[in-house]
Amino acid sequence: MPHQVPLEVEQEIDQRLTRYPDKRSALLPALHAIQGHFRYVPEDLVEWVAAKLELEAIQVMEVLTFYPSFRQKAPGRYHIRVCRTLSCAMAGSHGLMDALAEKAGIDRSHADHHHPICVSKDGRFSIEFAECLASCGTGPVCMVNDDLHEQVRPEDARKLLDRYS
Amino acid sequence: MSITYKAGKNPHPLEHRMIFRNIDREGWDPGIETYLGEGGYESLRKAMAMAPGEIQAQVKTAGVRGRGGAGFPAGVKWGFIPPNNTKPVYLICNADESEPGTFKDRYIMHQDPHQLIEGMVITAFAIGCHTAYIYIREEFPFAAKILEGAIEEARAKNFVGRNILGTGFDLEIHVHRGAGAYICGEETGLIESLEGKRPYPRIKPPYFPAAMGLYLCPTIVNNVETLCHVTHILKMGGEEYAKLGTPNNTGTRILCVSGDVQKPGYFEVQVGKVTMGQLINEMCGGLRTGRTLKAVIPGGSSAKVLRADETFKLKDREISIWDIPMDFDSLAACGSMAGSGGVIVIDDSRSIAWVLNNINAFYAHESCGQCTPCREGSLWMKKISDRIVAGKGSPDDVDTLESVAYRIDGRTICAFGEAASWPTESFIAKFRDELKAATSDSLKGAIVNPETKLAAASLKV
Repeated sequence: MPHQVPLEVEQEIDQRLTRYPDKRSALLPALHAIQGHFRYVPEDLVEWVAAKLELEAIQVMEVLTFYPSFRQKAPGRYHIRVCRTLSCAMAGSHGLMDALAEKAGIDRSHADHHHPICVSKDGRFSIEFAECLASCGTGPVCMVNDDLHEQVRPEDARKLLDRYS
Repeated sequence: MSITYKAGKNPHPLEHRMIFRNIDREGWDPGIETYLGEGGYESLRKAMAMAPGEIQAQVKTAGVRGRGGAGFPAGVKWGFIPPNNTKPVYLICNADESEPGTFKDRYIMHQDPHQLIEGMVITAFAIGCHTAYIYIREEFPFAAKILEGAIEEARAKNFVGRNILGTGFDLEIHVHRGAGAYICGEETGLIESLEGKRPYPRIKPPYFPAAMGLYLCPTIVNNVETLCHVTHILKMGGEEYAKLGTPNNTGTRILCVSGDVQKPGYFEVQVGKVTMGQLINEMCGGLRTGRTLKAVIPGGSSAKVLRADETFKLKDREISIWDIPMDFDSLAACGSMAGSGGVIVIDDSRSIAWVLNNINAFYAHESCGQCTPCREGSLWMKKISDRIVAGKGSPDDVDTLESVAYRIDGRTICAFGEAASWPTESFIAKFRDELKAATSDSLKGAIVNPETKLAAASLKV
């Protein structure tokens, strides 16, 4: 089944389009609107976005594939981003990553630069390392969907995950 | 009027709270009524009664230097818009806060968004701009919502929108979310991103944003904190503002401290009035128990590292790391930079190879890939430092690492090349012995890079 863009998502994109003198500028907002609904940008909607913004599909693809926040595959229902960068790493973010992955039942052995996101078997959680989340004073930090969690110790992993069910 | 802060959030006595006056404040909320209750938007009323040129002159007199990293005087930047310009002028607030070690703009946007919006409206009026954007990083989803709400509140009070305060001046402000790329903090990369493209920075000249920016129109890109300073410059007047801080390093700025200190956090100080020693020992409660200082990265991860036992030469004296005044010129004289105000403290428990490797991994991930030296070099640097951290490095690797860094530095379109190579250059210059000691003499001359091994095997070298 091809994906259908729901009316309210299209309306949001139409509204965002009014903010720029050039339709192409609405590309990031359009991809955000679609990802906000589907949790990723389904491949069959690339043409739809291109048509909407009067672009070529490749112009959508080059943006979709560049920016780390845009996903081309479905993540878990709750997507976790653990900060990997210096201050958080010094505060123990690698230990936090290991604890969260283990408790969420996620195998990260195949994670690499091109496939940073790993999903749990039940699809409830996914996890990846993110670069600096700009909360260096309260490391280690992680985000679960839109929520920021600060000073999360590895032993807090279970409790944190239990908040998302 | 006395202000009460939340428990445990009292500013340190060495602080001078202006931009962060309302951060962590008891009873404070980001709504417009709270802001108006304390003289909010009075600076805007004042500005609207002035000529745009007069506002620009006040900001120049104030001498405020950009708080995003480059430290360029904001008033001078505004003055670069061509005087005979007939195109639309754009203002972009750079809210992409992503320099590792920096965490100040997030608090402004979450807790005191109207301070930023007021600064933006004043700035837009001063430069003749009718459409402004706030480019905010994707990782601040709530801040984006708060700002959108605050813009609507300001519109309802006629501080934004058509015919602002009856002056005939129109301004729309839009929030534009990024998507997780550090390079969007570089102003021309940001502009490309706002145009819906990959954020490949543009080459200067000719693409100086003030002349050829967004849609090739004159564009001013200012950091969140810088725009907030504009509100206060108008409030107190440029001359009064310039009395804060030290000559050529005026005003206040927010220093963000992270790493190996007792109490990491943010501290708003008069620029240059606080030393590194006061910052670490008094404001942050010193190092962790039983630890001694090894190094400090003073202005975000791109800034060159300072070694704890170095002696630094200022114009008139020689000083230790503890006595460095935290201002633009002093840190530049010490061979580093004040940058974005992100101070990362490293104690003697840390391996320099591990720290450098973490930084190299960041730049390898974030290089946009447009310029070959940076795209290839940043990844090489990461691979080499990966090897050293894994105990599989040869002493030659340290020299190779250094040479790669110097082959990126100065050879790229944007300053990311320097940002990526300065850590390696400075860590090696200052900790060469420790890095060499982390390698193994027995691997000298050995081919250790897996790709090179494959190539060598096929060539039967």
